[in-house]
Amino acid sequence: MSSSCPLGSTRNPFTAVDTPAVGVSIEKLSKNFGSQQVLREVTFAVEPGEIFVLMGPSGSGKSVLLKHIVGLEQPTAGRVTVHGLDAAATATREQVRIALVFQSGALFNSLSVYDNLALYPREHQIADEAAIRDKVMHALQILSLEGTARKAPSELSGGMRKRVAIARALVMEPQLMLYDEPTSELDPVMSATISEIIATLKEEYHVTTIVVSHDRELALGIADRVGILMDGALVSLGPAAALHAPQDPRVAEFLSPKIDLQNPRFKNLEK
Amino acid sequence: MKQLNAILEGFGSTWLLLVRALAYAPTLPRQFGRFVEQCYLIGYTTLPIVAILSFFIGSVLALQAGRSMQDFGTQQFIGSLVGLSMARELGPVMAAILLAGRVGSAIAAELASMKVYQEIDALETMNIPPARMLVLPRLAAVLVMMPVLTIIADLVGWFGGAIVAKYTKIISIEPESYFSVLRRYTHFSDVLNGLFKAELFGFVVVLLCCNIGLNTRGGPREIGASVTRAVVVSLIAILVLDYFVTQVLMAG
Ligand SMILES: Nc1ncnc2c1ncn2[C@@H]1O[C@H](COP(=O)(O)OP(=O)(O)O)[C@@H](O)[C@H]1O
Ligand SMILES: [Mg+2]
Repeated sequence: MSSSCPLGSTRNPFTAVDTPAVGVSIEKLSKNFGSQQVLREVTFAVEPGEIFVLMGPSGSGKSVLLKHIVGLEQPTAGRVTVHGLDAAATATREQVRIALVFQSGALFNSLSVYDNLALYPREHQIADEAAIRDKVMHALQILSLEGTARKAPSELSGGMRKRVAIARALVMEPQLMLYDEPTSELDPVMSATISEIIATLKEEYHVTTIVVSHDRELALGIADRVGILMDGALVSLGPAAALHAPQDPRVAEFLSPKIDLQNPRFKNLEK
Repeated sequence: MKQLNAILEGFGSTWLLLVRALAYAPTLPRQFGRFVEQCYLIGYTTLPIVAILSFFIGSVLALQAGRSMQDFGTQQFIGSLVGLSMARELGPVMAAILLAGRVGSAIAAELASMKVYQEIDALETMNIPPARMLVLPRLAAVLVMMPVLTIIADLVGWFGGAIVAKYTKIISIEPESYFSVLRRYTHFSDVLNGLFKAELFGFVVVLLCCNIGLNTRGGPREIGASVTRAVVVSLIAILVLDYFVTQVLMAG
Protein backbone atom coordinates (compact mmCIF):
# COMPACT_ATOMS: atom_id res chain seq x y z
CA MET A 1 0.00 0.00 0.00
CA SER A 2 2.77 2.39 0.89
CA SER A 3 4.25 2.79 -2.58
CA SER A 4 0.96 3.31 -4.41
CA CYS A 5 -0.67 5.52 -1.85
CA PRO A 6 -1.79 8.74 -3.58
CA LEU A 7 -2.07 10.62 -0.36
CA GLY A 8 1.62 11.19 -0.44
CA SER A 9 2.28 14.78 -1.10
CA THR A 10 2.42 16.84 2.01
CA ARG A 11 2.09 19.75 -0.36
CA ASN A 12 -0.21 22.40 1.04
CA PRO A 13 -2.93 22.99 -1.54
CA PHE A 14 -3.47 26.51 -0.29
CA THR A 15 0.07 27.67 -0.61
CA ALA A 16 1.57 25.02 -2.93
CA VAL A 17 4.60 24.41 -0.77
CA ASP A 18 5.67 21.36 1.13
CA THR A 19 4.32 21.52 4.62
CA PRO A 20 6.02 20.19 7.71
CA ALA A 21 4.47 17.75 10.13
CA VAL A 22 2.67 19.74 12.78
CA GLY A 23 2.51 19.42 16.54
CA VAL A 24 -0.35 20.06 18.92
CA SER A 25 -0.03 21.62 22.33
CA ILE A 26 -2.73 21.66 24.97
CA GLU A 27 -2.07 23.81 28.01
CA LYS A 28 -4.27 23.75 31.10
CA LEU A 29 -7.37 23.30 28.98
CA SER A 30 -10.62 23.56 30.94
CA LYS A 31 -14.09 23.49 29.48
CA ASN A 32 -17.43 24.10 31.14
CA PHE A 33 -20.87 23.54 29.68
CA GLY A 34 -23.04 25.60 31.97
CA SER A 35 -22.22 24.44 35.46
CA GLN A 36 -20.80 21.10 34.31
CA GLN A 37 -17.01 20.98 34.10
CA VAL A 38 -16.15 18.62 31.26
CA LEU A 39 -12.37 19.18 31.00
CA ARG A 40 -10.12 19.99 33.97
CA GLU A 41 -6.76 21.61 33.27
CA VAL A 42 -5.72 19.06 30.70
CA THR A 43 -2.12 19.52 29.60
CA PHE A 44 -0.18 17.50 27.06
CA ALA A 45 1.61 17.91 23.76
CA VAL A 46 1.58 15.78 20.66
CA GLU A 47 4.87 15.81 18.77
CA PRO A 48 4.97 16.27 14.99
CA GLY A 49 4.54 12.89 13.31
CA GLU A 50 3.50 11.15 16.49
CA ILE A 51 0.53 8.84 17.00
CA PHE A 52 -1.16 9.76 20.24
CA VAL A 53 -4.01 7.60 21.52
CA LEU A 54 -6.47 9.09 23.97
CA MET A 55 -8.45 6.58 25.99
CA GLY A 56 -11.04 6.88 28.69
CA PRO A 57 -14.54 5.89 29.70
CA SER A 58 -17.62 7.28 27.91
CA GLY A 59 -18.45 10.81 28.93
CA SER A 60 -14.93 11.57 30.13
CA GLY A 61 -14.60 14.43 27.63
CA LYS A 62 -12.59 12.87 24.79
CA SER A 63 -14.81 14.12 21.96
CA VAL A 64 -14.97 17.57 23.48
CA LEU A 65 -11.16 17.63 23.65
CA LEU A 66 -10.87 16.74 19.95
CA LYS A 67 -13.34 19.48 19.06
CA HIS A 68 -11.07 22.02 20.71
CA ILE A 69 -8.22 20.95 18.46
CA VAL A 70 -10.24 21.56 15.27
CA GLY A 71 -11.65 24.80 16.65
CA LEU A 72 -15.26 23.66 16.98
CA GLU A 73 -15.22 24.45 20.70
CA GLN A 74 -13.60 27.39 22.47
CA PRO A 75 -11.72 26.80 25.73
CA THR A 76 -13.24 28.14 28.94
CA ALA A 77 -9.68 28.44 30.18
CA GLY A 78 -6.31 27.42 28.86
CA ARG A 79 -4.92 27.27 25.35
CA VAL A 80 -4.84 24.86 22.43
CA THR A 81 -2.37 25.45 19.64
CA VAL A 82 -1.73 23.58 16.42
CA HIS A 83 1.66 24.22 14.84
CA GLY A 84 1.97 27.16 17.21
CA LEU A 85 -1.29 28.72 15.99
CA ASP A 86 -4.40 29.25 18.09
CA ALA A 87 -6.68 26.32 17.32
CA ALA A 88 -9.83 28.39 17.85
CA ALA A 89 -8.96 30.84 15.05
CA THR A 90 -10.37 30.20 11.58
CA ALA A 91 -7.13 31.33 10.02
CA THR A 92 -5.44 28.26 11.49
CA ARG A 93 -7.57 25.99 9.33
CA GLU A 94 -6.44 27.90 6.26
CA GLN A 95 -2.81 27.21 7.08
CA VAL A 96 -2.94 23.71 8.51
CA ARG A 97 -5.02 20.93 7.03
CA ILE A 98 -6.74 19.23 9.95
CA ALA A 99 -9.15 16.36 9.34
CA LEU A 100 -11.51 15.09 12.02
CA VAL A 101 -13.25 11.77 11.61
CA PHE A 102 -16.40 12.35 13.67
CA GLN A 103 -17.68 9.67 16.01
CA SER A 104 -20.97 9.66 14.07
CA GLY A 105 -19.27 9.99 10.68
CA ALA A 106 -21.05 13.31 9.97
CA LEU A 107 -21.39 12.47 6.28
CA PHE A 108 -23.29 14.88 4.06
CA ASN A 109 -26.59 13.09 3.73
CA SER A 110 -27.69 14.91 0.60
CA LEU A 111 -24.54 13.91 -1.29
CA SER A 112 -23.49 10.53 -2.66
CA VAL A 113 -20.48 8.80 -1.13
CA TYR A 114 -18.40 9.92 -4.12
CA ASP A 115 -19.47 13.55 -3.75
CA ASN A 116 -18.82 13.43 -0.01
CA LEU A 117 -15.20 12.59 -0.75
CA ALA A 118 -14.89 14.96 -3.69
CA LEU A 119 -16.31 17.96 -1.85
CA TYR A 120 -13.09 19.10 -0.20
CA PRO A 121 -10.84 19.11 -3.28
CA ARG A 122 -13.63 20.61 -5.40
CA GLU A 123 -14.41 23.43 -2.98
CA HIS A 124 -10.76 24.29 -2.58
CA GLN A 125 -10.11 23.86 -6.30
CA ILE A 126 -7.13 21.67 -5.56
CA ALA A 127 -7.25 19.53 -8.68
CA ASP A 128 -9.25 18.97 -11.86
CA GLU A 129 -12.09 16.48 -11.96
CA ALA A 130 -9.95 13.67 -13.37
CA ALA A 131 -7.36 14.01 -10.61
CA ILE A 132 -10.07 14.27 -7.98
CA ARG A 133 -11.64 11.12 -9.37
CA ASP A 134 -8.35 9.25 -8.99
CA LYS A 135 -7.90 10.45 -5.43
CA VAL A 136 -11.46 9.61 -4.45
CA MET A 137 -11.48 6.16 -6.04
CA HIS A 138 -8.17 5.32 -4.43
CA ALA A 139 -9.34 6.38 -1.00
CA LEU A 140 -12.49 4.29 -1.46
CA GLN A 141 -10.40 1.33 -2.56
CA ILE A 142 -8.13 1.54 0.50
CA LEU A 143 -11.20 1.19 2.70
CA SER A 144 -12.84 -1.51 0.53
CA LEU A 145 -15.68 0.80 -0.43
CA GLU A 146 -15.46 0.64 -4.25
CA GLY A 147 -19.04 -0.49 -4.63
CA THR A 148 -20.54 2.36 -2.68
CA ALA A 149 -19.42 5.38 -4.71
CA ARG A 150 -22.87 6.11 -6.13
CA LYS A 151 -24.79 5.26 -2.96
CA ALA A 152 -26.29 7.72 -0.52
CA PRO A 153 -24.97 7.64 3.07
CA SER A 154 -28.41 6.55 4.27
CA GLU A 155 -28.04 3.31 2.28
CA LEU A 156 -24.91 2.27 4.20
CA SER A 157 -24.41 0.37 7.42
CA GLY A 158 -22.90 2.11 10.44
CA GLY A 159 -19.49 0.58 9.89
CA MET A 160 -19.48 1.53 6.21
CA ARG A 161 -20.38 5.10 7.08
CA LYS A 162 -17.46 5.22 9.46
CA ARG A 163 -15.14 4.01 6.71
CA VAL A 164 -16.52 6.62 4.29
CA ALA A 165 -15.79 9.25 6.92
CA ILE A 166 -12.20 8.02 7.16
CA ALA A 167 -11.88 7.98 3.36
CA ARG A 168 -13.23 11.51 3.22
CA ALA A 169 -10.56 12.59 5.70
CA LEU A 170 -7.81 10.84 3.70
CA VAL A 171 -8.76 12.77 0.57
CA MET A 172 -8.04 15.98 2.47
CA GLU A 173 -4.37 14.90 2.70
CA PRO A 174 -4.28 16.21 6.24
CA GLN A 175 -1.19 17.20 8.18
CA LEU A 176 -3.05 16.48 11.38
CA MET A 177 -5.58 13.67 11.51
CA LEU A 178 -7.99 13.23 14.40
CA TYR A 179 -10.09 10.11 14.77
CA ASP A 180 -13.00 9.87 17.18
CA GLU A 181 -13.50 6.17 17.92
CA PRO A 182 -12.62 5.05 14.39
CA THR A 183 -13.03 1.34 15.06
CA SER A 184 -16.07 1.35 17.31
CA GLU A 185 -18.45 -0.04 14.69
CA LEU A 186 -16.01 -2.12 12.68
CA ASP A 187 -15.28 -5.83 12.58
CA PRO A 188 -11.80 -7.02 13.62
CA VAL A 189 -10.50 -7.21 10.03
CA MET A 190 -11.57 -3.67 9.27
CA SER A 191 -10.18 -2.48 12.60
CA ALA A 192 -6.84 -3.94 11.62
CA THR A 193 -7.02 -2.13 8.27
CA ILE A 194 -7.69 1.16 10.04
CA SER A 195 -4.68 0.56 12.30
CA GLU A 196 -2.57 -0.07 9.20
CA ILE A 197 -3.78 3.13 7.57
CA ILE A 198 -2.98 5.14 10.66
CA ALA A 199 0.46 3.60 10.93
CA THR A 200 1.19 4.07 7.22
CA LEU A 201 0.19 7.71 7.22
CA LYS A 202 2.64 8.23 10.02
CA GLU A 203 5.51 6.21 8.54
CA GLU A 204 5.30 7.52 5.00
CA TYR A 205 3.91 10.99 5.35
CA HIS A 206 4.54 12.03 8.93
CA VAL A 207 0.89 12.79 9.51
CA THR A 208 0.44 13.71 13.14
CA THR A 209 -2.38 11.59 14.52
CA ILE A 210 -4.60 11.69 17.56
CA VAL A 211 -6.91 8.74 18.01
CA VAL A 212 -9.69 8.58 20.57
CA SER A 213 -10.53 4.98 21.20
CA HIS A 214 -11.68 2.38 23.67
CA ASP A 215 -9.86 -0.21 21.64
CA ARG A 216 -6.98 -1.50 23.73
CA GLU A 217 -5.55 -3.56 20.88
CA LEU A 218 -5.47 -0.55 18.60
CA ALA A 219 -3.85 1.57 21.26
CA LEU A 220 -1.15 -0.94 22.09
CA GLY A 221 -0.60 -1.73 18.42
CA ILE A 222 -0.01 1.71 16.96
CA ALA A 223 0.36 4.30 19.69
CA ASP A 224 3.60 6.07 20.39
CA ARG A 225 2.06 7.44 23.54
CA VAL A 226 -1.22 6.97 25.30
CA GLY A 227 -3.14 9.40 27.48
CA ILE A 228 -6.02 8.38 29.68
CA LEU A 229 -8.78 10.82 30.44
CA MET A 230 -11.09 10.22 33.37
CA ASP A 231 -13.85 12.58 34.36
CA GLY A 232 -12.22 15.38 32.40
CA ALA A 233 -8.75 15.04 33.88
CA LEU A 234 -5.70 13.42 32.33
CA VAL A 235 -4.82 10.67 34.80
CA SER A 236 -2.12 8.89 32.86
CA LEU A 237 0.29 9.85 30.11
CA GLY A 238 3.14 7.80 28.76
CA PRO A 239 4.45 5.33 26.20
CA ALA A 240 2.05 2.61 25.09
CA ALA A 241 4.27 -0.05 26.63
CA ALA A 242 3.53 1.31 30.10
CA LEU A 243 -0.09 0.22 29.70
CA HIS A 244 0.89 -3.42 30.15
CA ALA A 245 1.45 -2.75 33.82
CA PRO A 246 -0.42 0.39 34.80
CA GLN A 247 0.36 1.97 38.16
CA ASP A 248 -2.88 3.79 38.79
CA PRO A 249 -5.60 1.39 40.03
CA ARG A 250 -8.33 3.36 38.17
CA VAL A 251 -6.38 2.95 34.94
CA ALA A 252 -5.87 -0.75 35.59
CA GLU A 253 -9.58 -1.20 36.23
CA PHE A 254 -10.45 0.73 33.04
CA LEU A 255 -8.05 -1.26 30.87
CA SER A 256 -8.98 -4.70 32.17
CA PRO A 257 -12.24 -4.50 34.06
CA LYS A 258 -12.98 -7.47 36.25
CA ILE A 259 -16.35 -9.02 35.73
CA ASP A 260 -17.77 -9.93 39.08
CA LEU A 261 -20.90 -12.03 38.86
CA GLN A 262 -21.24 -11.88 42.62
CA ASN A 263 -21.52 -8.09 42.48
CA PRO A 264 -24.40 -7.11 44.76
CA ARG A 265 -25.71 -4.74 42.07
CA PHE A 266 -26.64 -7.68 39.86
CA LYS A 267 -28.09 -9.59 42.77
CA ASN A 268 -30.56 -6.78 43.28
CA LEU A 269 -31.57 -6.90 39.63
CA GLU A 270 -32.64 -10.51 39.90
CA LYS A 271 -35.17 -9.88 42.63
CA MET B 1 -35.81 40.12 29.05
CA LYS B 2 -34.74 36.73 27.89
CA GLN B 3 -36.96 36.99 24.82
CA LEU B 4 -35.66 40.44 24.00
CA ASN B 5 -32.16 39.07 24.22
CA ALA B 6 -33.04 36.24 21.85
CA ILE B 7 -34.58 38.67 19.34
CA LEU B 8 -31.54 40.95 19.39
CA GLU B 9 -29.27 37.96 19.02
CA GLY B 10 -31.34 36.81 16.06
CA PHE B 11 -31.00 40.24 14.42
CA GLY B 12 -27.28 40.22 14.96
CA SER B 13 -26.64 36.75 13.64
CA THR B 14 -28.87 37.37 10.61
CA TRP B 15 -26.91 40.48 9.63
CA LEU B 16 -23.66 38.65 10.16
CA LEU B 17 -24.80 35.79 7.96
CA LEU B 18 -25.86 38.26 5.26
CA VAL B 19 -22.50 40.00 5.30
CA ARG B 20 -20.65 36.69 5.20
CA ALA B 21 -22.75 35.32 2.35
CA LEU B 22 -22.39 38.51 0.30
CA ALA B 23 -18.65 38.48 0.81
CA TYR B 24 -18.58 35.18 -1.09
CA ALA B 25 -20.60 36.57 -4.03
CA PRO B 26 -17.60 36.26 -6.38
CA THR B 27 -17.76 32.46 -5.93
CA LEU B 28 -21.25 32.36 -7.42
CA PRO B 29 -20.16 31.55 -11.00
CA ARG B 30 -18.43 28.36 -9.89
CA GLN B 31 -21.44 27.42 -7.75
CA PHE B 32 -23.71 27.69 -10.79
CA GLY B 33 -24.92 24.11 -10.40
CA ARG B 34 -26.11 24.71 -6.85
CA PHE B 35 -27.78 27.95 -7.88
CA VAL B 36 -29.72 26.22 -10.67
CA GLU B 37 -30.72 23.41 -8.32
CA GLN B 38 -32.12 25.93 -5.83
CA CYS B 39 -33.98 27.82 -8.58
CA TYR B 40 -35.51 24.57 -9.72
CA LEU B 41 -36.50 23.66 -6.16
CA ILE B 42 -38.15 27.02 -5.55
CA GLY B 43 -40.01 26.89 -8.85
CA TYR B 44 -41.01 23.28 -8.58
CA THR B 45 -42.37 23.48 -5.05
CA THR B 46 -43.90 26.96 -5.11
CA LEU B 47 -45.18 27.65 -8.65
CA PRO B 48 -48.20 25.33 -8.66
CA ILE B 49 -49.53 26.51 -5.32
CA VAL B 50 -48.89 30.16 -6.17
CA ALA B 51 -50.87 29.72 -9.39
CA ILE B 52 -53.81 27.98 -7.73
CA LEU B 53 -54.09 30.35 -4.79
CA SER B 54 -53.69 33.54 -6.83
CA PHE B 55 -56.51 32.38 -9.04
CA PHE B 56 -58.79 32.24 -6.02
CA ILE B 57 -57.50 35.50 -4.57
CA GLY B 58 -58.20 37.30 -7.86
CA SER B 59 -61.63 35.70 -8.02
CA VAL B 60 -62.66 36.58 -4.52
CA LEU B 61 -61.40 40.14 -4.99
CA ALA B 62 -63.63 40.54 -8.03
CA LEU B 63 -66.54 38.97 -6.23
CA GLN B 64 -66.29 41.14 -3.11
CA ALA B 65 -65.49 44.35 -4.96
CA GLY B 66 -68.07 43.68 -7.64
CA ARG B 67 -70.80 43.54 -5.06
CA SER B 68 -69.86 46.79 -3.35
CA MET B 69 -69.12 48.61 -6.60
CA GLN B 70 -72.43 47.61 -8.05
CA ASP B 71 -74.13 49.60 -5.31
CA PHE B 72 -72.53 52.71 -6.81
CA GLY B 73 -72.87 51.55 -10.40
CA THR B 74 -69.09 51.52 -10.79
CA GLN B 75 -68.60 47.82 -11.48
CA GLN B 76 -67.04 48.54 -14.87
CA PHE B 77 -63.94 49.67 -12.94
CA ILE B 78 -63.50 46.30 -11.32
CA GLY B 79 -60.55 45.52 -13.60
CA SER B 80 -58.60 48.42 -12.17
CA LEU B 81 -59.22 47.27 -8.61
CA VAL B 82 -58.17 43.68 -9.22
CA GLY B 83 -55.28 44.80 -11.43
CA LEU B 84 -53.81 47.21 -8.91
CA SER B 85 -54.44 45.08 -5.82
CA MET B 86 -52.80 42.04 -7.31
CA ALA B 87 -49.84 43.91 -8.78
CA ARG B 88 -49.03 46.16 -5.86
CA GLU B 89 -50.00 44.06 -2.88
CA LEU B 90 -51.47 40.61 -3.11
CA GLY B 91 -49.23 39.12 -5.79
CA PRO B 92 -45.97 39.77 -3.96
CA VAL B 93 -47.34 39.09 -0.48
CA MET B 94 -48.97 35.82 -1.56
CA ALA B 95 -45.84 34.68 -3.34
CA ALA B 96 -43.73 35.50 -0.28
CA ILE B 97 -46.07 33.77 2.16
CA LEU B 98 -46.16 30.63 0.06
CA LEU B 99 -42.39 30.79 -0.33
CA ALA B 100 -42.07 30.86 3.45
CA GLY B 101 -44.40 27.88 3.81
CA ARG B 102 -42.90 25.72 1.09
CA VAL B 103 -39.28 26.76 0.64
CA GLY B 104 -38.46 28.53 3.91
CA SER B 105 -39.61 25.58 5.97
CA ALA B 106 -37.64 23.17 3.80
CA ILE B 107 -34.49 25.28 4.08
CA ALA B 108 -34.81 25.52 7.86
CA ALA B 109 -35.39 21.76 8.13
CA GLU B 110 -32.44 20.88 5.92
CA LEU B 111 -29.95 23.22 7.57
CA ALA B 112 -31.19 22.36 11.06
CA SER B 113 -30.73 18.67 10.42
CA MET B 114 -27.26 19.32 8.96
CA LYS B 115 -26.43 21.20 12.14
CA VAL B 116 -27.83 18.58 14.50
CA TYR B 117 -26.09 15.72 12.69
CA GLN B 118 -22.76 17.60 12.70
CA GLU B 119 -22.60 18.11 8.93
CA ILE B 120 -22.13 21.84 9.53
CA ASP B 121 -19.28 21.07 11.95
CA ALA B 122 -17.74 18.83 9.30
CA LEU B 123 -17.93 21.65 6.74
CA GLU B 124 -16.22 23.98 9.17
CA THR B 125 -13.38 21.57 9.85
CA MET B 126 -12.98 21.26 6.07
CA ASN B 127 -12.69 25.03 5.92
CA ILE B 128 -15.78 25.27 3.70
CA PRO B 129 -17.90 28.15 5.02
CA PRO B 130 -21.62 27.25 5.21
CA ALA B 131 -22.44 30.84 4.23
CA ARG B 132 -20.69 30.24 0.91
CA MET B 133 -21.91 26.77 0.07
CA LEU B 134 -25.38 26.68 1.64
CA VAL B 135 -26.61 30.26 1.94
CA LEU B 136 -25.28 32.19 -1.06
CA PRO B 137 -26.80 29.96 -3.79
CA ARG B 138 -30.19 30.07 -2.07
CA LEU B 139 -30.15 33.86 -1.79
CA ALA B 140 -29.21 34.21 -5.44
CA ALA B 141 -31.88 31.72 -6.50
CA VAL B 142 -34.66 33.47 -4.63
CA LEU B 143 -33.77 36.78 -6.26
CA VAL B 144 -34.16 35.19 -9.66
CA MET B 145 -37.31 33.23 -8.86
CA MET B 146 -39.39 35.76 -6.91
CA PRO B 147 -40.16 37.96 -9.95
CA VAL B 148 -41.21 34.87 -11.89
CA LEU B 149 -43.51 33.71 -9.08
CA THR B 150 -44.95 37.20 -8.65
CA ILE B 151 -45.65 37.80 -12.33
CA ILE B 152 -47.43 34.46 -12.51
CA ALA B 153 -49.41 35.34 -9.38
CA ASP B 154 -50.40 38.68 -10.95
CA LEU B 155 -51.43 37.20 -14.28
CA VAL B 156 -53.39 34.30 -12.81
CA GLY B 157 -55.07 36.60 -10.29
CA TRP B 158 -56.13 39.02 -13.04
CA PHE B 159 -57.42 36.11 -15.05
CA GLY B 160 -59.39 34.74 -12.07
CA GLY B 161 -60.94 38.20 -11.60
CA ALA B 162 -61.94 38.31 -15.26
CA ILE B 163 -63.72 34.98 -15.05
CA VAL B 164 -65.67 35.97 -11.97
CA ALA B 165 -66.49 39.35 -13.49
CA LYS B 166 -67.97 37.68 -16.54
CA TYR B 167 -69.89 34.84 -14.94
CA THR B 168 -71.20 36.49 -11.78
CA LYS B 169 -74.72 37.72 -12.56
CA ILE B 170 -74.56 40.95 -10.58
CA ILE B 171 -71.28 41.98 -12.26
CA SER B 172 -71.43 40.55 -15.80
CA ILE B 173 -68.53 42.41 -17.39
CA GLU B 174 -67.01 41.09 -20.59
CA PRO B 175 -63.29 40.22 -20.42
CA GLU B 176 -62.47 42.77 -23.14
CA SER B 177 -63.75 45.68 -21.10
CA TYR B 178 -62.36 44.19 -17.85
CA PHE B 179 -58.87 43.99 -19.32
CA SER B 180 -59.04 47.32 -21.07
CA VAL B 181 -59.86 49.02 -17.75
CA LEU B 182 -57.18 46.94 -16.02
CA ARG B 183 -54.62 48.07 -18.60
CA ARG B 184 -55.65 51.69 -18.38
CA TYR B 185 -55.24 51.91 -14.59
CA THR B 186 -52.51 49.38 -13.84
CA HIS B 187 -49.20 50.77 -15.03
CA PHE B 188 -45.97 48.99 -15.55
CA SER B 189 -44.63 50.95 -12.57
CA ASP B 190 -47.27 49.29 -10.36
CA VAL B 191 -46.05 45.88 -11.42
CA LEU B 192 -42.44 46.92 -10.85
CA ASN B 193 -43.40 48.22 -7.44
CA GLY B 194 -44.80 44.79 -6.59
CA LEU B 195 -41.74 43.01 -7.97
CA PHE B 196 -39.50 45.11 -5.78
CA LYS B 197 -41.49 44.10 -2.71
CA ALA B 198 -41.42 40.46 -3.73
CA GLU B 199 -37.65 40.54 -4.11
CA LEU B 200 -37.26 42.06 -0.69
CA PHE B 201 -39.67 39.65 1.03
CA GLY B 202 -38.23 36.58 -0.69
CA PHE B 203 -34.66 37.55 0.14
CA VAL B 204 -35.52 38.22 3.78
CA VAL B 205 -37.46 34.96 4.11
CA VAL B 206 -34.60 32.85 2.76
CA LEU B 207 -32.01 34.68 4.85
CA LEU B 208 -34.05 34.29 8.05
CA CYS B 209 -34.77 30.62 7.42
CA CYS B 210 -31.10 29.87 6.68
CA ASN B 211 -30.04 31.64 9.85
CA ILE B 212 -32.60 29.89 12.05
CA GLY B 213 -31.66 26.52 10.58
CA LEU B 214 -27.92 27.08 11.06
CA ASN B 215 -28.41 28.24 14.66
CA THR B 216 -30.28 25.11 15.74
CA ARG B 217 -28.89 23.66 18.97
CA GLY B 218 -29.57 20.35 20.60
CA GLY B 219 -31.00 17.11 19.33
CA PRO B 220 -33.34 16.01 16.54
CA ARG B 221 -36.37 17.44 18.36
CA GLU B 222 -34.99 20.91 17.77
CA ILE B 223 -35.27 20.46 14.00
CA GLY B 224 -39.05 20.66 14.22
CA ALA B 225 -38.88 23.63 16.56
CA SER B 226 -36.57 25.45 14.14
CA VAL B 227 -38.92 24.87 11.22
CA THR B 228 -41.87 26.29 13.14
CA ARG B 229 -39.84 29.27 14.27
CA ALA B 230 -38.58 29.89 10.73
CA VAL B 231 -42.08 30.00 9.26
CA VAL B 232 -43.54 32.16 12.05
CA VAL B 233 -40.66 34.63 11.96
CA SER B 234 -40.88 34.78 8.16
CA LEU B 235 -44.59 35.57 8.21
CA ILE B 236 -44.10 38.30 10.79
CA ALA B 237 -41.23 39.75 8.79
CA ILE B 238 -43.26 39.77 5.55
CA LEU B 239 -46.28 41.52 7.04
CA VAL B 240 -44.35 44.07 9.07
CA LEU B 241 -41.96 44.87 6.23
CA ASP B 242 -44.92 45.13 3.87
CA TYR B 243 -46.43 47.95 5.83
CA PHE B 244 -43.28 50.01 6.00
CA VAL B 245 -42.15 49.37 2.47
CA THR B 246 -45.58 50.26 1.14
CA GLN B 247 -45.45 53.51 3.02
CA VAL B 248 -42.02 54.34 1.64
CA LEU B 249 -42.99 53.38 -1.91
CA MET B 250 -46.12 55.49 -1.77
CA ALA B 251 -44.21 58.53 -0.54
CA GLY B 252 -41.63 58.10 -3.29
N1 LIG C 1 -22.36 20.65 23.42
C1 LIG C 1 -22.45 20.18 24.67
N2 LIG C 1 -23.25 20.80 25.57
C2 LIG C 1 -23.34 20.37 26.84
N3 LIG C 1 -22.70 19.28 27.30
C3 LIG C 1 -21.90 18.60 26.47
C4 LIG C 1 -21.73 19.01 25.11
N4 LIG C 1 -20.88 18.15 24.50
C5 LIG C 1 -20.53 17.27 25.45
N5 LIG C 1 -21.12 17.51 26.62
C6 LIG C 1 -20.93 16.75 27.87
O1 LIG C 1 -19.56 16.62 28.07
C7 LIG C 1 -19.26 15.35 28.62
C8 LIG C 1 -18.19 14.67 27.80
O2 LIG C 1 -18.69 14.38 26.53
P1 LIG C 1 -17.83 13.67 25.41
O3 LIG C 1 -16.59 14.43 25.20
O4 LIG C 1 -18.71 13.50 24.23
O5 LIG C 1 -17.51 12.26 26.05
P2 LIG C 1 -16.68 11.06 25.41
O6 LIG C 1 -15.46 10.95 26.24
O7 LIG C 1 -17.55 9.86 25.54
O8 LIG C 1 -16.42 11.40 23.99
C9 LIG C 1 -20.56 14.58 28.67
O9 LIG C 1 -21.00 14.58 29.98
C10 LIG C 1 -21.48 15.37 27.79
O10 LIG C 1 -22.79 15.29 28.28
MG1 LIG D 1 -17.05 10.62 22.28
